[in-house]
Amino acid sequence: MSNKKLKIGWFSFSCCEDSTIIFVEMMNDHYFKWKDLVEFRHVRVLKANNLLSDIDVAFVEGAIANDNDEKQLKEIRAVSKKLVAIGACAVKGNPSSQRNEFSEEKKKRIEPYMIRWGLNQKVKTLKDCVQVDDFVDGCPMAEEVFSNVLNKYLKEFGVV
Amino acid sequence: MHSIDIDLSIDHFSKIEGHGALDLKVRNNKVEYVNFKITENKRFYTTAIEGKSYMAGPALMSRICGTCSIAHLLCCIEAIENALEFEPSEQVKILRKLTMYGLMIRDHALHLYFFSLPDVLNKDSVLDLDENNPKENELVHEAFEVKASGNNLSKLIAGKAVHAPFPMVGGYTKIPEKEKLKASLEELKHVRPKILNVIKLFADWDKTLVRETTFVAQVNHDFSFLGGHIHTTKDTCILPKDYTDHLLRTVIPYSTSTGVKFEEGNYFVGALARLNLNKEALHQNTSKDAKKYIDMFPSKNVYHNNLAQAIELLHCVDHAIELLEKTEFVPEKLNIPKPKKSSGIGVIEAPRGTLYYRIDMDDTGTITGADIIVPTQQNQINIENDIKTFVEGNLELEKGQIALEIEKIIRAYDPCMSCATHFLKINWL
Repeated sequence: MSNKKLKIGWFSFSCCEDSTIIFVEMMNDHYFKWKDLVEFRHVRVLKANNLLSDIDVAFVEGAIANDNDEKQLKEIRAVSKKLVAIGACAVKGNPSSQRNEFSEEKKKRIEPYMIRWGLNQKVKTLKDCVQVDDFVDGCPMAEEVFSNVLNKYLKEFGVV
Repeated sequence: MHSIDIDLSIDHFSKIEGHGALDLKVRNNKVEYVNFKITENKRFYTTAIEGKSYMAGPALMSRICGTCSIAHLLCCIEAIENALEFEPSEQVKILRKLTMYGLMIRDHALHLYFFSLPDVLNKDSVLDLDENNPKENELVHEAFEVKASGNNLSKLIAGKAVHAPFPMVGGYTKIPEKEKLKASLEELKHVRPKILNVIKLFADWDKTLVRETTFVAQVNHDFSFLGGHIHTTKDTCILPKDYTDHLLRTVIPYSTSTGVKFEEGNYFVGALARLNLNKEALHQNTSKDAKKYIDMFPSKNVYHNNLAQAIELLHCVDHAIELLEKTEFVPEKLNIPKPKKSSGIGVIEAPRGTLYYRIDMDDTGTITGADIIVPTQQNQINIENDIKTFVEGNLELEKGQIALEIEKIIRAYDPCMSCATHFLKINWL
């Protein structure tokens, strides 16, 4: 085994962060293996000192609801060699994008909030905004699919 | 002391659930403002639930929050069942208690070991604990083992730890398998002594921040987080159905979540409030083995919210062990209540404090309205006031240290930003 580690980032936008919880729960079984293979370069849920640079794989949870989030997503994309959409909101938009399908009456009711907080008319998926290399769907994400994607990149980046 | 001015912004809190930020301005030794900002985008769940069936509503609302998902699920179910005047079976009541215990063990363990423990050990992250240091290495293993025991209990009883499929209006779609019950029981017994270690660790943490406030929690006879009356340290006792007479939503213009006042004042909800108001109801084994630490309550020290959560961890394990040992689970058909035009209130103690649901439906069971008040909303004003007290008492600290200490205070509350920004309540225009 090489000493090289896969430099990962874990980010979230509009969502309930269920996949973040699943990721942290998967560590119950996998942490002592992952710690030798993975550098947790930007994982705000686990650490304060994070680096937004030179990321091999960015795992991104959540949908994009405003321009600022889209700008941040593009910044993540620019410093990451690969970007993986994590969970239903990131992959399909839902349930964060349920307001896209609201009736006119409901849309009118939420309009003051949309204006006050600068929310875009439509909630977008990640691939509506940036190039996405892989998708781990599910609400929360499917653990096995995430493991497969992680293992794929561990091989692709020459870590294992 | 010379005159001190401070301008401080924290753009992103770390080691919490969701997104938040803070602005602080001090002029001439006085805090002019401390703005604790919840920056999560609104997802309008209380609007989205309108038009859904009463049987589908709870699963949708569980998507408000990943980590508190089960609390939203059970509170929404309770509101609907109360609306329909439905009484669940005794077995369902036990399964719901176990469901809550699985949630509490996993969620408190996440907060204690992964968010707050680094503060106690002066580390950036639990990932920085040294595996060559036997004590630190043991702590990392304990962290994952305790968390896993809650995760596995949730999977067994509720189907999943996040967005659980088995709990429904009327009961459970599946009862736990006998063989798996045994494994879970053994796992809980295995982690129990480790929890006593973490209780001691947080009890020994020499941090104090005391300020007068009101503590509010729903209390009951077995500390099961489900059912009971709302008590306060002002000696108030409120029936859950009357909560709107006492809670007042307050606009916080810089936060995407409204705040809440209790009878016009700030207040604290969460484990510290529960220990302050109901420690006599803890499980007998917890009361016996953690007596020295339980005797530290009532406490006004905000950092003791961590200790209170650690004691609750032990209680959840002890009561879960008792319920798993005593209960013979039998197959039971889901007893779905018939819909009618009605409105119901659900109130439970979620990991971070009291969670309120009101659900309205028509005679077909279509949901016509919903209102939710979550714990982090209720703690927002208290958090700001605590930070103000801390800063004015520690002006000599350098700015970076103040920022670090502010984050420790916020983490002690274990805020959940995803929960706080789900709803629509237009009253600030």
